[in-house]
Amino acid sequence: MSTLAAVVGIGQTQYKTRRGDVSIAGLVREAAVNALQDAGLEWDDIEAVILGKAPDMFEGVIMPESYLTDALGCNGKPMLRVHTAGSVGGSTALVAASHVQSGSFKRVLTVTFEKQSESNAMWALSTPQPFSVHLNAGAGGYFAPIIREYMRRSGAPRDVGIKVAVKDRLHGARNPLAHLQLPNITMQEVEESMMLWDPLRFLEACPSSDGACAMVIAAEELVHESPKPPAWIRGVAMRSEPTMYAGRDEVNPQAGRDCAADVYRQAGITDPRRDLDCAEVYVPFSWYEPMWLENLGFAAQGEGWKLTMAGATSLDEGGDIPWNCSGGVLSSNPIGASGMIRFAEAARQVRGDAGAHQVPGAKLALGHAYGGGAQFFAMWVVGADKP
Amino acid sequence: MQQIAIVAFSQSDCLARAGAANEVELIMPQLQAVYAQVGIDNAQDVDFVCSGSCDYLQGAAFAFVAGVDALGAVPPIKESHVEMDAAWALYEAVLKIRMGHADSALLYGFAKSSSGELPIVLSQQLDPYYLAPLWVDTVSLAALQARLLLESGLASERDMAEVVARSRRNALDNPHARLSGSVSVDELLAEDLFVSPLRRADCAPVADGAAAMIICTVEKAREWGVPYALLSGIDHRIETHNLGMRDLTDSVSTRLAARAAGVEDGPVEVAELYAPFSHQEIILSRALELGDDTRVNPSGGVFAGNLMMASGLSRVGEVFRRIAAGEIRRGVAHATSGPCLQHNLVAVLESAS
Repeated sequence: MSTLAAVVGIGQTQYKTRRGDVSIAGLVREAAVNALQDAGLEWDDIEAVILGKAPDMFEGVIMPESYLTDALGCNGKPMLRVHTAGSVGGSTALVAASHVQSGSFKRVLTVTFEKQSESNAMWALSTPQPFSVHLNAGAGGYFAPIIREYMRRSGAPRDVGIKVAVKDRLHGARNPLAHLQLPNITMQEVEESMMLWDPLRFLEACPSSDGACAMVIAAEELVHESPKPPAWIRGVAMRSEPTMYAGRDEVNPQAGRDCAADVYRQAGITDPRRDLDCAEVYVPFSWYEPMWLENLGFAAQGEGWKLTMAGATSLDEGGDIPWNCSGGVLSSNPIGASGMIRFAEAARQVRGDAGAHQVPGAKLALGHAYGGGAQFFAMWVVGADKP
Repeated sequence: MQQIAIVAFSQSDCLARAGAANEVELIMPQLQAVYAQVGIDNAQDVDFVCSGSCDYLQGAAFAFVAGVDALGAVPPIKESHVEMDAAWALYEAVLKIRMGHADSALLYGFAKSSSGELPIVLSQQLDPYYLAPLWVDTVSLAALQARLLLESGLASERDMAEVVARSRRNALDNPHARLSGSVSVDELLAEDLFVSPLRRADCAPVADGAAAMIICTVEKAREWGVPYALLSGIDHRIETHNLGMRDLTDSVSTRLAARAAGVEDGPVEVAELYAPFSHQEIILSRALELGDDTRVNPSGGVFAGNLMMASGLSRVGEVFRRIAAGEIRRGVAHATSGPCLQHNLVAVLESAS
């Protein structure tokens, strides 16, 4: 029933600690112009803009879409602003896709960004609230106990997180846009880095980045107008559950399992490890790779860490299901854009356009984002072949 | 394309201060009200949920996350959020139904802006490099717009006072109004200036509260067996942020959205306009080319109470109520965002019969 849509253009910025050379408008425009060039299009070819970012307090600008419309060529057009916590990059891609899949638009631009150097994310996440417990722990402190529970349940060896930290940074060294460039990183170096939130060490956590990511999504009838191969959108899904409820499994959230089942059904995937060629999955802290391997059905319960340790998710080790070939969130994390980068990098893989981190012959890829207390999920499956 | 039906709407009383009530407590009664209108139990009985709110009004990152606690999202639900008025959550949900991924959707918007100084807080939505450092508040920007309108000769201070007098009179019939009553134009004009040329009465009273709505396919509306209105058109457009590059006496984006939504395709019996300042109703009425036969803001509009992040959705809800009650057959609703009417949404609602 929905209109067939595809990604026809992708644009990203260089990710780094501080992009002092551009304003916020300059940052989003850089990604948008790159996406338009990639799609062989002009501003006038775009019918609507869908903007996403994490909390406005990260830059100190309320509803920045009002200010960014000029930089994004949106004057006179519809502009929608999505905000769904850390999953927002993925959710924004899905809302943008719905503009086309609903038959309402033929071609839209979607942009997500974070310019974290403008403010202090730790402060923004820690404002005291009436009627609620004041958490000053940051995201790592929130997730560390959940990771320890995963380790207890699965009996995973203590160096699984270290392995993921090394693997994703070696992937990131293949990606010239990645924030962290650590081509010589070793297990020992990660192990010796400062312990932040036991069991997460400094090098097992994501960086804080400035950056933006943009995509052009077009209806089937306009896909041929862009020169490069399209990434056909084969499935879209989102799920939410409350931060806390009796019986909630925070290690293996049901919202993630349900979201994956939904997107796999749409894409005709029955065995994700076999059917997918690669995945870009939101792993901001190393241990989330084995946890999401299980949550997303790539491994049985308690077995995810075995895939990681066997090198199944490593491009360098020739794994059968490479995860986060771009370097992932562990290599670049402009929060509001991080989810969309996953979605866009999945699309780059099936377009055969991922450069030095290309998975040879990739035809079907998963893009994944999560946010809040691992309670908001957004996913899509993109393919080289038209469904 | 899939036709969209509006089947339920509820909004809270417009409270100057919601006191100790938190956001979940503001939202819950409105959700219960719309569930009751269609005879469902909770958010599990709709296919999609989308909300609108603003972190800065609550003073917290992820203000909407608490809102999810009001939904009973166990098992997990399909849910999304816009950092905009909930009228744009309605827009996102319309796309979801049109693409066939939902047959029904719950929308809600909420804010408790009394915790801060709203006009100053909203100054931080301006260009962060050139405008925000000036801390220009929303009332002062609106006053600049009103001054331009007066000097252009398109409206007078008396016209503005007439908007206020009519809105307050209409609000007498609105049980949720924060402000209502009979006041003459001359009495209003005798009041002191607040931010020239605006008087306090020209500024809609801001309120804490929430609003909720349920929309669905026509088939689902028939299954539920409730009266409904058809959302025959909806469109929204944004204009440049640079106030010096806009004709502030007109609303070009409203004109564009109205054309795309099909306002001119039939009579407009009622128009509910989100005009937080009296002169903006005059600008919007002209942009929508409303004639003398259109009743503007019979609810009192936001002069009855301006529920931040929900007033746009409430305008749609007010038109829906009148159509569902058989009072009118066709009406227009409008929502706005950004300083001086920068971003506008127009919806056309029609009777199904």
